[in-house]
Amino acid sequence: MLNYDNVLNSTITEIQPSGIRKFFDIAATMNDVISLGVGEPDFPTPWKIRNAAIKSLERGKTGYSANRGLAELRKEISLYFKRKYGPEYDPDSEILVTVGGSEAIDAALRSIINPGDEVIIPQPSYVCYVPMVQMAGGIPVIIENKAENDFKLSAEELRKKITPKTKAVILPFPSNPTGAIMERADYEKIEKEIENTDIVLLSDEIYSELTFNGKRHISPAAVNTLKDRTIVINGFSKTFSMTGWRLGYTCGPKEIISQITKLHQYSIMCAPTTSQYAAITALRDCDDEVAAMAEEYDTRRKLMVRGFNSIGLECREPEGAFYTFPSIKTTGLTCEEFCERLLNSKKVAIVPGTAFGACGEGYVRASYCYSTDHIRTAIERIGEFLKELNK
Amino acid sequence: MDIRILKLLAKDARMSIQDLSTVTGLDEDTVISEITEMKNEGLIRGFRTVIDWEKLDEFYVSAVVDIKVTPKPGLGFEDVAKKISKYHEVESVYLLSGDSDLCVIVKCKTFQDVSRFVAKELATIESVTSTKTQFVMRRYKELDVDLEVTNPDERGVVSSC
Repeated sequence: MLNYDNVLNSTITEIQPSGIRKFFDIAATMNDVISLGVGEPDFPTPWKIRNAAIKSLERGKTGYSANRGLAELRKEISLYFKRKYGPEYDPDSEILVTVGGSEAIDAALRSIINPGDEVIIPQPSYVCYVPMVQMAGGIPVIIENKAENDFKLSAEELRKKITPKTKAVILPFPSNPTGAIMERADYEKIEKEIENTDIVLLSDEIYSELTFNGKRHISPAAVNTLKDRTIVINGFSKTFSMTGWRLGYTCGPKEIISQITKLHQYSIMCAPTTSQYAAITALRDCDDEVAAMAEEYDTRRKLMVRGFNSIGLECREPEGAFYTFPSIKTTGLTCEEFCERLLNSKKVAIVPGTAFGACGEGYVRASYCYSTDHIRTAIERIGEFLKELNK
Repeated sequence: MDIRILKLLAKDARMSIQDLSTVTGLDEDTVISEITEMKNEGLIRGFRTVIDWEKLDEFYVSAVVDIKVTPKPGLGFEDVAKKISKYHEVESVYLLSGDSDLCVIVKCKTFQDVSRFVAKELATIESVTSTKTQFVMRRYKELDVDLEVTNPDERGVVSSC
């Protein structure tokens, strides 16, 4: 019998699996659960995109693509990014097509982190950043974003965390799970804090097309001098409802992208070719489909915010992504207790805020990737649960 | 007039006044008066349900009837189109460009009822020169709703992504 402790990599074994795994597992085994738990669009991929993939298969386009991705797709990404957010990237040297945004985040971190480098991670945020930094040999440094500041990254908090070892700051906006967005002025303040440093900004913009209240997404790469230090991460999953296609991209200075490309070339080879053909159509022809989905999300968002507030859970209006992040502090329960009891008594599944960092305590994440009828039923049940708690 | 109300109702006619108010940001009284005005102006003409009748054993039979018309001097196609619209059996009437002049959707209980209606009523209207009746054999999409797709939620219950 092997001693597997001797076999396994200690950096990996020391990484904690998500603490709420058990809760997820219970929820998955129950029947008739009404869930607001999934961070994945409920719309099928627009037909034009699916059809483009089918046509590419019919034409026999089933081989590898260039390591960086199809030239035609990189050109479309360049045009799309410029059209939507402003900055211009050279398709041949500043854009890499990846397996989802996830691969891009991982490869970007590994291409910049030396052992012991610190990476600042604002929380509550998506669960992958801390383990990915650790796996790259870096040290995660957490900033706790505050509800009073609309869960934005504050320049003052950032200043306190910057040390000579700071290599990068992750910018996860629009935010999963808080729905927070950053505006130009917010980034200008951050620019001042780092202007005389070599700190890199890793901007995860996967929800960039889902912003509301008339506010357009601002990429830090579009703010003054920040482009030189920004690695943009984006992808097709959320905007085009293409989660299963596993396709993302990263744009940035060619000095960095060329190194990320090396990692990608050796570990991945290239992103799925069929998905790449589909993505060309997504970027070129699907503005109307994306706008229709965004409009539907907006309707659900408003109904959900009102719903939570009307049953007594304070819920700020999120301005991006597709989540609300209501406070459950008035119940006196921890968020994990709240979610577990809600699941057991009313069969409603939502995600405890602590899944996204310790500072998520007191909050829960509810996704509005569900029909309005579904959302209404879930909120009614949560309302009943609250009434029973107060008895 | 707030076009957002129309767009929301076009997608879901059951939206409550309260929901419309929440989504548009207008207060409830304004939503009510907007809708009343749009009804009065004939902009909103009804609220219907999209039903897949084929799920029932007994559903109605529909036919698309293409009609050619010799327009009357001074009246064009108006006169005959309006006359056809008055029949209970007629669901929709459109003026077309191209080979035929009017497209009429007819709905009856049986095939025989449709045939009888076309032969006895539509074909005998003065200035109708020909009719071509095409029975609907199957419906795939109705009012933006893809009837083939049922979309069971296969996403699982929770995920942190």
